[in-house]
Amino acid sequence: MKALPAVDVVIVGGGWTGLLMAKELGSRTPLSVVVLERGGPRQIADYLDDMDELDYAVRHRMMQDYSLETVTFRHSEGERALPIRQLGSFLPGTGVGGAGEHWAGVCDRALPDCFEVFSKTAEKYGAKSLPADISIQDWGVTYDELEPYYTRAEMMIGLSGKAGNLRGRQIEGGNIFEGWRSTEYPTPPTKIPYFSTLFQDGAKSLGYHPYPSPAATPSIPFTNPDGVSRPGCTYCGFCERYGCMIGAKAQPTTVLLPVIKRHKNVSIRTEAQVRRIEHGGNRESGRARGVTYVDASGEQVFQPADLVILASWTFNNTRLLLLSGVGEPYNPATGKGNVGRNLTHQVSLSAVTLFFEKPLNHFMGSGASGVFISDFNGDLFDHRGLGFLRGGTFQGPSHGVGPIENFGRVPEPVEAKWGADWKKAALHYYDRTGQIAFQGEHLAYKGNYMDLDPTYKDHWGDPLLRLTLDWRENERRMVGFATEKAVEIGRAMGAKEVTPFPGLGHYDTRRYQSTHVQGGTIMGTSPDRSVVNPYLQSWQLSNLFILGGSTFPENPATRPTLTILALTLRTADSIVQRYLKRPAPLA
Amino acid sequence: MRRRHFLTISASTIGGALVYSLDRKASRLAAEDKTLRIPLRFFDETEALIVAAAASRIFPSDDSGPGAKEAGVVIYIDRQLAGPYGHDARRYTQGPWEEGPPDLGYQGKATPREIYREGLSKLSGFDRREPAKQDEILKQMEPYLFFSLLRRHTIEGMFCDPIHGGNANMIGWQLVGFPGPQMSYHDDVDKHFGVAFRPKPVSLPEGHPSEDEK
Repeated sequence: MKALPAVDVVIVGGGWTGLLMAKELGSRTPLSVVVLERGGPRQIADYLDDMDELDYAVRHRMMQDYSLETVTFRHSEGERALPIRQLGSFLPGTGVGGAGEHWAGVCDRALPDCFEVFSKTAEKYGAKSLPADISIQDWGVTYDELEPYYTRAEMMIGLSGKAGNLRGRQIEGGNIFEGWRSTEYPTPPTKIPYFSTLFQDGAKSLGYHPYPSPAATPSIPFTNPDGVSRPGCTYCGFCERYGCMIGAKAQPTTVLLPVIKRHKNVSIRTEAQVRRIEHGGNRESGRARGVTYVDASGEQVFQPADLVILASWTFNNTRLLLLSGVGEPYNPATGKGNVGRNLTHQVSLSAVTLFFEKPLNHFMGSGASGVFISDFNGDLFDHRGLGFLRGGTFQGPSHGVGPIENFGRVPEPVEAKWGADWKKAALHYYDRTGQIAFQGEHLAYKGNYMDLDPTYKDHWGDPLLRLTLDWRENERRMVGFATEKAVEIGRAMGAKEVTPFPGLGHYDTRRYQSTHVQGGTIMGTSPDRSVVNPYLQSWQLSNLFILGGSTFPENPATRPTLTILALTLRTADSIVQRYLKRPAPLA
Repeated sequence: MRRRHFLTISASTIGGALVYSLDRKASRLAAEDKTLRIPLRFFDETEALIVAAAASRIFPSDDSGPGAKEAGVVIYIDRQLAGPYGHDARRYTQGPWEEGPPDLGYQGKATPREIYREGLSKLSGFDRREPAKQDEILKQMEPYLFFSLLRRHTIEGMFCDPIHGGNANMIGWQLVGFPGPQMSYHDDVDKHFGVAFRPKPVSLPEGHPSEDEK
């Protein structure tokens, strides 16, 4: 093995969190920072001609290469897990920028009570109302503590939207249910395409409170506090699953790389597959010594570092701890151990498919354009008698529809799935079909977790991560409730035919849901119940910090990225202002 | 090295269409030519005729508009099976191979190429049957993976960018009013409510890099 000269900071993963930390440390300190990214390099110019639905949206050109690495899956403890052999219910990113390059860009704050979901729920409904194998806990950070970081993250990406709660003052037209905000959104809302206006009007007619999607594709040209300028969105429709061809969508390559490039103390090494966090040894128990990785030529390399930042998304953050023997693996039988605990995947579906008389022109739009309602999110409605806790958001999206992925939907009276009758109906309905999306909160359960698979290996010979995950009655009832509401909204929108979601059975690895998979290295106030403290610092190795959705103790219904960026900025401040002055546990 | 196979089709079906040859150079086919000989990369001619006939039953050419035949769906599928997709280049293909519940996804060892070869071996003479008989045969195949791939690939071949060999002359995009890759709808996205807005389609430039060739 080759040992490299030591650096001050090594960051594992070059996506949103890794590059944001690299930007913060690179611009605010003289520390030498190395980012190790398993995939290839990327730049904005790569996307000038990426408007190819087959390669990008269908063949997943930008996503993780499953021939090298995947996860195994089973629904419950007693079953044998099998590998997920092709991309399906989630689409992990790879390469510089990670999944932040091909995300949709819907970017909202979590509801304040999500951070105290255990206390607030128990307080209102009694601890007995919680499902039997529930595993939720408070995060150890509050919304009020996070608010300034939310604001900073929004300014960085030039978020588009309309405030609904400015320091407690409710504002019509914004999301009146959101947590208080210290400022208005950096840019005005994006334009609202036809289908989304139908959703807006339908929702309003039922007494709900629609508001424009908070969008990481700014509506107008915007220069952020780092001096990075981006154009406004052009609604070209090639957005989610693509990189933005004009650099409008906030991506790590558009908002972070230009700043990182100004700082010579930061370097990014691509095609570096990190396999272990090295720790312990004679002199240094309780500290990480660096990481080992395989470089592009296949050579094993040891990169020593004073500070190790894990930023390789939910799966690899968890897997690297398990492979490296950092922390105690979670054991669902005894409840002991925390690494791998509280695996969650947001409840995400098209709650209803709607068929209209008039054409929608739905090729126009952006990943984040559309209209939301939050009337049924979190605990904003009384759950007594409903049989489930928490809730979710509904969206009438206009994300730019491509024909390969969307041709063929026909209303139920048409039975054929191919041939002349189907073709005729599918052609007629192609641009007359829309869907209402529902994203619901996923609470953590004792039986949903991650560990190392005993059988299957990755390309380098390391065990794959094994997911044990299934839905519970709470999610199934929530989806039943949401589907009924979506059908009502769809009818109020003037749809002639509606096809409701058939209901949530077992977790299905084939149906794309979202890439909002969280947990495994969760945060908390006690080392007995969490892997990292509220500053995302490892309880075990005080010079190891872990960033990203893997630190979420449960999965709020809002999109995770803004919360992840806010938590990362808070950790960056804690490192710069406190840890570097006195390298020790921060909590 | 494999013997060269060609698909011979009537020029009138895709008169004036751009067809992509082996080296991805586009050639405009003159309508005066009576027949076209298109080099095949995966299928032999017999197989190509069967796939073309089946795709034409899935997405027929009829009163509601042109279909798989005019779009060149068979050429698209041939190119895909010859490329990385056909070889399962990005699938996890380590064993042990075990059967699992359907919601764990396809666990089989067979690649798309192998699934087609196997499926086609059971369809000999399909292209010479009457349409009603062809539909009957396809109906029986519905529960099998081969059919679901064929159906999915037919849709892909109808609506992919023409650089992939299907959607000749953007015929599929014209059918559904999809304008292809356009730089901006900034001034239109909040207009044309309830009225069809149909910009003239454009496609990616010739020689555009794609996954097909890797």
